[in-house]
Amino acid sequence: MLLIKCPWCGERDHTEFTYGGDASVSRVRPAAQAPPAAWHDYVYLRDNPLGRHLELWHHTASCRRWITVERDTLSHAITASVPAGDRSGSGER
Amino acid sequence: MARYSIFEIARHAVTGHRHWPRAWRDPAPKASYDVVIIGGGGHGLATAYYLAKEHGIRNVAVLEKGWLGGGNTGRNTTIVRSNYMLPANARFYEFSLKLWEGLSAELNFNVMFSQRGVLNLAHSDAQLDAFARRGNAMRLHGIDAELLDREEVRAMVPLLDLSERARYPVAGGLLQRRGGTARHDAVAWGYARAADGLGVDIIQNCAVTGFAREGGRVSGVETTRGPIRTPKIGIAVAGHSGHVAAMAGLRLPIESHVLQAMVSEPLKPMLDTVVTYGAGHFYVSQSDKGELVMGGDLDMYNSYAQRGNLPALAEVVASGMQLFPIMSRLRLMRHWGGVMDMTMDGSPIIGKLPLCGLYLDGGWCYGGFKATPASGWVFAHTIAHDRPHALNEAYSLERFATGHVLDEKGAGPVPNAH
Repeated sequence: MLLIKCPWCGERDHTEFTYGGDASVSRVRPAAQAPPAAWHDYVYLRDNPLGRHLELWHHTASCRRWITVERDTLSHAITASVPAGDRSGSGER
Repeated sequence: MARYSIFEIARHAVTGHRHWPRAWRDPAPKASYDVVIIGGGGHGLATAYYLAKEHGIRNVAVLEKGWLGGGNTGRNTTIVRSNYMLPANARFYEFSLKLWEGLSAELNFNVMFSQRGVLNLAHSDAQLDAFARRGNAMRLHGIDAELLDREEVRAMVPLLDLSERARYPVAGGLLQRRGGTARHDAVAWGYARAADGLGVDIIQNCAVTGFAREGGRVSGVETTRGPIRTPKIGIAVAGHSGHVAAMAGLRLPIESHVLQAMVSEPLKPMLDTVVTYGAGHFYVSQSDKGELVMGGDLDMYNSYAQRGNLPALAEVVASGMQLFPIMSRLRLMRHWGGVMDMTMDGSPIIGKLPLCGLYLDGGWCYGGFKATPASGWVFAHTIAHDRPHALNEAYSLERFATGHVLDEKGAGPVPNAH
């Protein structure tokens, strides 16, 4: 079980959350008129890092807020969790 | 290389089977090769074999960072089938199934391919209708498919819970009799031995750490056992596709996720086919040793760890018990994880990469094992001719940019949903 620290609810089992994928991607949504290549990169391409990964989790079984978690994809160590969209958080780029 | 035969067994019996030669050499890497394949799993070894056999390119090295077949080739649930609906997938996987049917003879190595059938269960009339549609699509492609009603399912798999009390009562199923299972390690070993016999160098404990470039194209690989020069490099590294492509500065439409599988303690024969659950994600067969071999869903979050989490495991066995109440008192014997390269449409990528001389065979999601022979065959063709074969044209990397995605499940660009 991963233990994820929700900024509102505290440390909870990951089964309370729904995984939302790579958080770094959703922060750079292209403009509606952007060229197809920009949309292709946004919709399909991922860094898919081995190691530090910023990802979204939705606390569906509790406060229903989205949070951004920094997790290692090999060791699963979680090093930061902040409210999604909080650019001042330590986990954001 | 001496052929395996009953006469060889008799000959070696005289000396107590103590003098069998090793199945393949253990050469040191040469300074250069015509083609280097990264990844000594089934796909990489099959590619090397078909490069040598079909295209006469024998100066080939297969580089494996660990041991042969130690990745997903040795971690899958060994299911082989071609029950696809989209034309490109149906053609490719049926070609693969036909190669499977002759593989033991082709490789002179028993891969224990057992055409015990693959039965997909439907749990509602709507799902059975959808299976009828898929079955009809398969038959139009010349693939065998049979729609079973509940009584026909009962006759085939009597231990299933087919009562109305079941949480999701079984309505029927779609059966592909030519599907089945194979011994996964033997596939890696068989291709390794056959490729080695044709002159391919198989180099284990040799990790690739980078690519060398010259004039806008690849010119070699950097490895933990020194640099190797080569004009053509094939990547067949499954879950590490994105990680290896990143060494060449490329991003892929792939996320790596962990998928678990497990076996129970051995039982007497109780299941002589492959059964998949239609109301959840669960598939099961019984190995020749008697273990129930089971798998289900991903753990759902990005992972490069070859181990998973208990909640995903618990969901798989809960699904299993809904089908086979007899499983409730079984002990699990082993469980393990493999790293899946999940693409954005659930279909693989076999083709050229934007860097000249670099080719990718990856994005296999859940389904790489059954594709092994065809994957190697078309990838060898792609590398030898520097263009895809008709069978893998649709699996190009460019399909995501042009909109020609092959989304068999219709799940959209969400890798863990496929």
